Amino acid sequence: MCLAIPGEVLRIREHDGLLHADVRFAGVQRRICIECTPDVHPGDYVLAHAGFALQRVDEREANLMLAALRELEAGSEAP
Amino acid sequence: MKHLSEFRDRALARELVAAIRRAATRQWTLMDVCGGQTHGIVRNGLDIVLASQVRFIHGPGCPVCVTPASAIDHAIEIARSPGVILCSFGDMLRVPGTSKSLLQAKSEGAEIRVLYSPLDALKIARNNPTRDVVFFAVGFETTTPVYATAVLHAARQGLGNFFLLNSHTLVPPALKAILAVPGCEVQAVLAAGHVCTVTGWRDYQPIAARYRVPVVITGFELADLLAGILGAVEQLENGRAEVGNHYARAVRSEGNPVACENVRQVFETCDREWRGIGIIPASGLRLRPEFVQFDAALRWPAGRRPACADRRECIAGLVLQGRAKPVSCHSFGRTCTPERPLGAPMISAEGACAAYYAYARRY
Repeated sequence: MCLAIPGEVLRIREHDGLLHADVRFAGVQRRICIECTPDVHPGDYVLAHAGFALQRVDEREANLMLAALRELEAGSEAP
Repeated sequence: MKHLSEFRDRALARELVAAIRRAATRQWTLMDVCGGQTHGIVRNGLDIVLASQVRFIHGPGCPVCVTPASAIDHAIEIARSPGVILCSFGDMLRVPGTSKSLLQAKSEGAEIRVLYSPLDALKIARNNPTRDVVFFAVGFETTTPVYATAVLHAARQGLGNFFLLNSHTLVPPALKAILAVPGCEVQAVLAAGHVCTVTGWRDYQPIAARYRVPVVITGFELADLLAGILGAVEQLENGRAEVGNHYARAVRSEGNPVACENVRQVFETCDREWRGIGIIPASGLRLRPEFVQFDAALRWPAGRRPACADRRECIAGLVLQGRAKPVSCHSFGRTCTPERPLGAPMISAEGACAAYYAYARRY
């Protein structure tokens, strides 16, 4: 039940008196409440759970982890 | 999709498996706390691939599984009350209470609606001013900010017909209860990524120190899980017991401060019963006095009923505490299947028994 999936913020708008964003996930677009991540901008990725953004995805940290993992891959291929 | 596909890369996964095999000099016992992790591990066969390095035992992190039968009975009682619309996440509908499930109550005429988000219940309440709208609020720290935001918004709007039936649970007290059992075999913990996305990981530092177990936060994709397992194995091999964050793109040390503040404003801790485990002190949340007008349990107090233990042929309580594997249950796959489940971990899509049944038919 703690499933949360990343999606790209397309635009910010108010809905029903709460801050929302249109967010594009793999294949679908949904309206997500961003009351607890009020500093997100279009182009950012958020982690959404039950129609609610829990956190902005930190691109820098994502890239750092991928770089570290790829280093592992490159290291093991070295002679 | 960005932030998903890169972390599902099979070549990266193979390298991580090789790195774990190089790092481990013996077999270590890891507890994956969250049902999402259990499914990722069993679906990808990591328990088989890493059998010599890691023994996985599965923790209590499935909210649907740990919601007690008495809470479901109470939800059914409320749903049958005149004028009530009971709203719930879909996962809860098939879980049996003492005598029936919400789905059976719905088929008997109770108005029960399945919602994607608790925020949708606010709209239903506004559109049905003569009805009382109750959301059956289960979930861990991942979900509590959504409930807190709904309550704050209902208070601002003066919405008098919106209620929560609170049955949410907190991970750290349950983890402590499991680790404190004498003879506990858990040597490291894979902490639930999305719980920590909200709360951060500071609460886990004293747990790692006190019980001398590495607590490693992981995400849910293949590379996330493997990177966390590698981190745990490296700590164990080096005799360390710290909090390791292997899901930094989603988890900061302080979590999401706005979400935490909303939760703190609306809720306070209370003792909570966990299905199959019993009452764990300070492991639940209830509404603070200034928000009790939204408390469904006060508006419709639970009727008195005899306590009812789970069926004896079901070992769900042991499975939820990591003290037994689903496959060591005599009923597993015989008298207990997803079509005819005996206990909540077989019913819930995230339950450990359902994971073994779906992905591990080889047992």
